[in-house]
Amino acid sequence: MALIYPVRSLAAHPPYLAPDYVSTRLRSPSRPLVIVPHTLSELSGPAFGHDAVRENHMDLTVQHAGEPLGERIIVTGRVTDEDGRPIPDTLIEIWQANAAGRYVHVSDQHPAPLDPNFTGAGRCVTGPDGSYRFVTIKPGAYPWRNHHNAWRPAHIHLSLFGPSFLTRLVTQMYFPGDPLLAIDPIYQSIPDERARQRLISSFDIDTTMPEWALGYRFDIVLRGRNETPWEDPHDD
Amino acid sequence: MMTDARGKPDGITPSQTVGPFFAYALTPGGRYAFEVLAGDDLTVPGVAGEAVQVSGRVLDGEGKPVADAFLEIWQADGAGRYPDGSGPGNTGFRGFGRAETRDEGRFAFRTVKPGPVAGPDGSAQAPHICIGLFARGVLRRLYTRIYFPEDAQAHGKDPVLALVPADRRGTLIARTAGPGAYTFDIVLNGADETVFFEA
Ligand SMILES: [Fe+3]
Repeated sequence: MALIYPVRSLAAHPPYLAPDYVSTRLRSPSRPLVIVPHTLSELSGPAFGHDAVRENHMDLTVQHAGEPLGERIIVTGRVTDEDGRPIPDTLIEIWQANAAGRYVHVSDQHPAPLDPNFTGAGRCVTGPDGSYRFVTIKPGAYPWRNHHNAWRPAHIHLSLFGPSFLTRLVTQMYFPGDPLLAIDPIYQSIPDERARQRLISSFDIDTTMPEWALGYRFDIVLRGRNETPWEDPHDD
Repeated sequence: MMTDARGKPDGITPSQTVGPFFAYALTPGGRYAFEVLAGDDLTVPGVAGEAVQVSGRVLDGEGKPVADAFLEIWQADGAGRYPDGSGPGNTGFRGFGRAETRDEGRFAFRTVKPGPVAGPDGSAQAPHICIGLFARGVLRRLYTRIYFPEDAQAHGKDPVLALVPADRRGTLIARTAGPGAYTFDIVLNGADETVFFEA
């Protein structure tokens, strides 16, 4: 069976059933997944170029008439595969709550204010070296109904395509030092401690712009092509 | 990023749920001002293939509708050609669409019926549409496929269906719902659970 992309690396993902995240209980497969070969259907994937993105999509603070409230931040990083090779020209979509922890989504019932100058949706395409950059507002934490007194740590949702159907990723970026991470069932659904840490951005003084915005780095690693180029056959 | 001595990353970035509040960014059509990247109508003038509608419902383990999910589809055109990645491909067919579930967990796509595409080792795969499903409570994309009821003969030789236990293959085959119309329900959990893949 041809499995072109490494499968072992999928162990970084959370299991479908994570009972402490209550919504997974009735929304996760109970039967084993069927392992299938990587055919043309899985190895190809949609491509979205710069035509999918407008200039103000990467700056979420300029999409309305006025400035949004909150702490202005820059989020930047590189998208690579498992071997560290850059993934250029791939679409990243983001969405998030405003500084008060409120989404513009019609179903968000959190009694925190909406900001008429902030929607919270952005897009960009990675550069030749896999780099990307967004300007936005630091999102607030918000309550949810998973359990008594449940609060989501501040996070930005990200969606990435990569080169194929199998590289598709939807994830969340968190902020360093957030005390809510230790008690968040969604973050804690990832079994491996090191994998969890890969979802926490790092404060970066070099990305920070004087008199303007704090900078955070968040590198993203999509499923790679193959690990073999790194393995010396004579090592053992 | 954590890397080893040779600059290789520590591992892939793990998945997290899309949550309930993605629509204004990912499926804004009709409700929010953000421009639509990809919608639920894949048809373009001149694309090879018969125009079809594929609709259905997403249901949870108690049979309740899942009204806050979205589906992404990826498919070849009617001649079995995937867009080649350098652009929208022949005739502008993108092969990719997105649709959210709404009331009663319903979704619908307008597209063309895909042709057969190559399988491993020179085999042919029966016409199929790949589906990725995202929702609150789904920590990692669910992957399944839609096959078509009139292709029963090709199903017998399909290298992916061959890996699915015979008593569950039916969950991957759409039902005819009239001329050019198919229904395909996705059950996330329970006795009638749809087959999901790992790839
Ligand atoms: Fe969220």
